[in-house]
Amino acid sequence: MSAVEILRAGVLTTCQDAGRPGWGHLAVPPSGAADLPSWRLANQLAGNPTGACALETTLNGCTVRTHRDVTVVVGGAPCPVTVDGRPEAWGQPVKLKAGSVLDAGPAEVGVRSYLAFSGGLHPKSSLGSHSTCLLSGLGPDPLRVGDTIPLGPSLAHPPLPTQWPAPWAGVSPELVLKLHLGPRLEWFRPDAAAELARGVWTVSEHSNRIGLRLEGPPLRRVDPAAELPSEGIASGSLQVPPDGQPILFGADHPTTGGYPVIGVVGPQAQAAAAQARPGTKIRFAPIPIPQWSRSA
Amino acid sequence: MSTGRTTAPRLRPLPAGPRGILIDCGTTAAARACYRSLQNRRMSGLLEAEALVPGATTVLVDGVDEPELLAAELPHWPMNEEPEASGECVEIPVCYDGPDLEAVAAMWGVPVDDVADVHSGIEYEAAFCGFSPGFAYLEGLPERLRVPRRENPRTAVPAGSVAVAGPYTGVYPRSSPGGWQLIATMTNPGRLWNEHREPAALLVPGTRVRFAAVRV
Repeated sequence: MSAVEILRAGVLTTCQDAGRPGWGHLAVPPSGAADLPSWRLANQLAGNPTGACALETTLNGCTVRTHRDVTVVVGGAPCPVTVDGRPEAWGQPVKLKAGSVLDAGPAEVGVRSYLAFSGGLHPKSSLGSHSTCLLSGLGPDPLRVGDTIPLGPSLAHPPLPTQWPAPWAGVSPELVLKLHLGPRLEWFRPDAAAELARGVWTVSEHSNRIGLRLEGPPLRRVDPAAELPSEGIASGSLQVPPDGQPILFGADHPTTGGYPVIGVVGPQAQAAAAQARPGTKIRFAPIPIPQWSRSA
Repeated sequence: MSTGRTTAPRLRPLPAGPRGILIDCGTTAAARACYRSLQNRRMSGLLEAEALVPGATTVLVDGVDEPELLAAELPHWPMNEEPEASGECVEIPVCYDGPDLEAVAAMWGVPVDDVADVHSGIEYEAAFCGFSPGFAYLEGLPERLRVPRRENPRTAVPAGSVAVAGPYTGVYPRSSPGGWQLIATMTNPGRLWNEHREPAALLVPGTRVRFAAVRV
């Protein structure tokens, strides 16, 4: 069988493609690669069509054996790459012979590396996506040692050996994320927007694909006892539970929630946040509520 | 065809990121009407959006290119608040044997044996989904039958458990933690979620639902 076999699964290695956005009305989280731009680029360099399924690692990489000749690109969080113990290039197409052992080591910066194989991976799919969802359990389970994942047909024309377009700047020890204020800013005390602009939060160890838990100055509500009827959660939402410590939701976020969302970050910030390690400092650059909403 | 009144409820569009709008509809009925209207617009090509997610009194529109245009148009859309009379009613056979049956009977002020009649005598409507794929918040309980959540949520509620809390009743599609009061068990919970069926969820927003008591 043409497949990739897991020899070392690392902390958490999952199958990820573009996910299953658009099923939120059935309580299905979007999932998909947490750092979409890195996942997309790794696939592109491996010569894959848009949307191919790749492996997403967490902090300490993974080791795999391939059962046929295949081109692989290790991208996302930079890490040492070896094939049968010999150093190989990160961020570039590497040709593997059948039976070779590829190791993606611990991330030097960032959290999530992507292993894109030419032909793409074809694990179990669910609602049109091969993505593992940690919240709902949809898609393939997180990978364990001994798992094999089918490989798609080898591509007739291997990709040209190109390079990662720019040296990966990685994640600085402090991230500044643009935060579009709303929808529930009014649930917070008037100084909350100022607090967001000057506060510094630290990414907690209790962070995962569902969300980054942030520790810092509490964001206080006008009425801590008030209950918000459950409402849809947009991708990139910064939700504030009663203790005031915000959660920046990630790819596997719940589709509805009953705590107010004070602001929402865009796709680029979501990708950057997905590479933020525990201990990373986060600041926000609040963007005011748009005029159309203020006049409504 | 519904012959219901056409009203223009006050919809409040709130910003939900660079590509999203959360429409605060004020009431549950208005949220359902707004969701139906958005669905129709999307199906007929008048609205391009990645996701429409109804909530208790809101609808989230996510993945739109120009949210400000949608926000400007919204107040002018005609909305029909009457529930759709068409569409079949899904019947869910359940056994009224939940561990919180007595507690709920006491809060409702009825004998334990009457909980089945009361709960199965109401027609519900799936207001929105959340929590877990296939879980629908079913609305229809009158004010006097609203009970609080349990003080200590259970760490594992079996799949198929039928529960009540606040204005809702619902059925857990798979085993999960849960804080609602359990009154019954669905005989075949596998029906709630089937990825190989279209739609995968048995209870999509807008579905009418009745429970039928069965004896084991």
